Amino acid sequence: MKRADDFASRRQHLAGLSDEELKKRFWELAEKIVEPMLELGRTHTTPAVERSVLLRMGFSSLEVKPIVEGVIAKGLMGKGAGNVVWRLSKKLGISVREAGVALSQGQHWDVVDTLF
Amino acid sequence: MKLQPNKRLDIKELLKDLENYRPKRRGWHWREGRNEPRIVGDFEYHEASEGLTNYVPLPGSRGFHYIDPQPDCVITTEIASGRFEDDVRRMRMAAWHGADHIMVIRTAGQSHIDSLLEGTTQGIGGIAVTRKQVRASRKALDAIEEEVGRPINFHSYISGVAGPDIAVMFAEEGVNGAHQDPQYNVLYRNVNMVRSFVDACEAKKIMAWAGILQIDGAHNANATAMKAWKVRPELMVQHAINSIFSRKVGIKPENIALSTVPPTAPPAPCMRLDLPYAVALRDFFSEYKMRAQQNTKYMESDMREATVTHTLNLVISRLTSADVQSTITPDEGRNVPWHYNNIAAISTAKQALNGLDGLREMVKLDREGPLGVEVRELKERAVLFMEEMLEVGGYFKAVEQGFFIDSGYYPERNGDGIPRQADGGIGVGMLFERDKDYFAPVSVHYGYNNIPAEFGGKASAAIGGDTFEDPSKIVFIDELDENDNVDARLREQSRYYETEFIKPEVEWRADGVVALNLFLPVDERTAEFAAIRCGEKMGLEDVTVVHKQAMHPSEGTYVELKGRVNFDINVNDLVIPEKIPVLSEEEIREDIAANPLFVVAATVGQDEHSVGLKETLDIKHGGVEKFGIKYLYLGTSCPVEKLVDAAIETNAGAILASTIITHDDVHVRNMRKIHELCVEKGIRDKVTLICGGTQVSHEIAREAGMDAGFGRGTKGIDVASFMVKFRRGQA
Repeated sequence: MKRADDFASRRQHLAGLSDEELKKRFWELAEKIVEPMLELGRTHTTPAVERSVLLRMGFSSLEVKPIVEGVIAKGLMGKGAGNVVWRLSKKLGISVREAGVALSQGQHWDVVDTLF
Repeated sequence: MKLQPNKRLDIKELLKDLENYRPKRRGWHWREGRNEPRIVGDFEYHEASEGLTNYVPLPGSRGFHYIDPQPDCVITTEIASGRFEDDVRRMRMAAWHGADHIMVIRTAGQSHIDSLLEGTTQGIGGIAVTRKQVRASRKALDAIEEEVGRPINFHSYISGVAGPDIAVMFAEEGVNGAHQDPQYNVLYRNVNMVRSFVDACEAKKIMAWAGILQIDGAHNANATAMKAWKVRPELMVQHAINSIFSRKVGIKPENIALSTVPPTAPPAPCMRLDLPYAVALRDFFSEYKMRAQQNTKYMESDMREATVTHTLNLVISRLTSADVQSTITPDEGRNVPWHYNNIAAISTAKQALNGLDGLREMVKLDREGPLGVEVRELKERAVLFMEEMLEVGGYFKAVEQGFFIDSGYYPERNGDGIPRQADGGIGVGMLFERDKDYFAPVSVHYGYNNIPAEFGGKASAAIGGDTFEDPSKIVFIDELDENDNVDARLREQSRYYETEFIKPEVEWRADGVVALNLFLPVDERTAEFAAIRCGEKMGLEDVTVVHKQAMHPSEGTYVELKGRVNFDINVNDLVIPEKIPVLSEEEIREDIAANPLFVVAATVGQDEHSVGLKETLDIKHGGVEKFGIKYLYLGTSCPVEKLVDAAIETNAGAILASTIITHDDVHVRNMRKIHELCVEKGIRDKVTLICGGTQVSHEIAREAGMDAGFGRGTKGIDVASFMVKFRRGQA
């Protein structure tokens, strides 16, 4: 879009605001702008978010990548990759670490189908 | 690991047992003792913080008892040669000069790497930011901060499509500051914008837990926009979006910093453009921290010009405020920064901030004049920008329509912004809605988390605690690349590690690079090629011109060259004259008491320099007077005849001549003249002749007929000790 500088006419509704009122308006607008993004973050996840969960569960970066890729392939991202590993460990009666390492090596994915 | 000032940092020791190293602390550190008056040397400072235990002061401090007052704000330097094993040495140099915020830049393209990098591969245009590299650097900084006596903040970037992964690694490894701004990914890295914000939620939540200071990415708009001063309203919008977004995720306002750059530079009337912007920003963002960056947009290869621009930027910092003062190396316009240019940048900041200490107590910004009008206008333009964003349907729609980085001064639009699509970019299609039974078994997590009731609201209880609670669970990965790793690089350069061999270097150990300054009496283009030939004739390899500037279209050109030397030096082969041991203060005093000594002193020739000689004489500065030696001081620009006559009249035991100016070897001629006059007047055997000056050495002075010469860094005791020894026949 091309537009000449129409500041003088566009600002009319701001002209009467005090500096404090202008500052308040600035921050109200900013809050309104970020609301949808905060909500998206609350209700969604991504491979990076899930990898970060797995890293904190005690897996290496080399291990977390295939786990998350497997979880995506199984259509289970909505459950959480950490959740998949945790449930698998419970189901098989093995440690969380053992369950995740096995998944990263391509094992037990058939069991994953029965977790949810 | 403990460092000793007289020993180089041992890289092998740094790497030893790294897999088990844990950082000393977490979280950001502000300088101690700010906001209180502080006496340093002869002066009271109003904008200084606690001093360092080990430091290198500014050269000019010689006239002020070598004080090194530390400004109140944190001082940043960016170090990223591509090899962390070399960067840690530069970090140590930087810390000694007053930097306490060390940023490592991510290697080009790392924003596009999905998942964490591992190993320590050599970077291009930065460091491959990996766990091993971060841990080794943090370990080095943990030792360096003990050496200088002030905590050092370590900083890198949480951006790209692996933001949350990197945030976790940084939190675990004790990183204290990070850039995080989803808008940066969107505008400059073309990461899918929805993904970028969702990732940012988790990354910021982790940063909040780790107490990491966040710096936003708005400054990039300055560097990208065609006319940087026109994007000022947009910059305020970008700052606002990231600040409020971060705050809502959970970062405390005091850990949210705006990356703000004075947008323009001379020959533009930059103060009149930059100052209103700085003031408007500080008005609107009063709850947040200011990270004042320096302008890079208009930097060319002239280091002097860059330094002046940066000094003007520092004036803005002192006229308004800066919590973190960032520095840009003056050589950034020509190459990846070199060791000593990081130090130059830090020194520019320290020098200007020291010099401007307390300025605001005497100089006030006049908001009644044009400044107030400009400030108000900028604020209104920013508000209008956000109003229109909401009108078109919010952030994503606004980005799709190319609202950002448009070169028009909003609401002016030139239609040259950077548009991105909400359903496009890197990582698109990788967004997943969380189900009702979504669960993330970790202690820190943003958004919906269906924690099973049995864990009483503590998600990580499901796994017996996560790495934030139990760091022993962190998995450390050593080198993955067989050829490109730190051990291989150390092996390759083993001739230069803890051996007697050295080579000049600018960024990597023994890289062999040297720089030369030349003036050639020809036009610019001829000079460029003539300069390269000069470099080659001097035996340099890979000779390139890094800077050139016509002094006149035909009279001549100034050229700066770089090239590589293909030899090294064995330090054991060097003939280094031994430093003359000085007598103890008591011994000198006793000797003078038993056998009084009177000297005459002056700066000779047409030379007005007085500091060095006065320090050598004056009791207050530890001069010869302190030991009971009496003197007659004849001032500056003293003819040598007058000095010698005064020695005869007062029956002086010694003449102390100072000579700083060296044009046409006038210092050598003056020394010789003093000697000859003394011979002529028959007093040469009765009087000790001593000369001092920045370009004087003992050897030069002796050759010119003096009994001794003293150069840079000489103290009164050196001269007094010499005179006593000399008359005893011991020197």
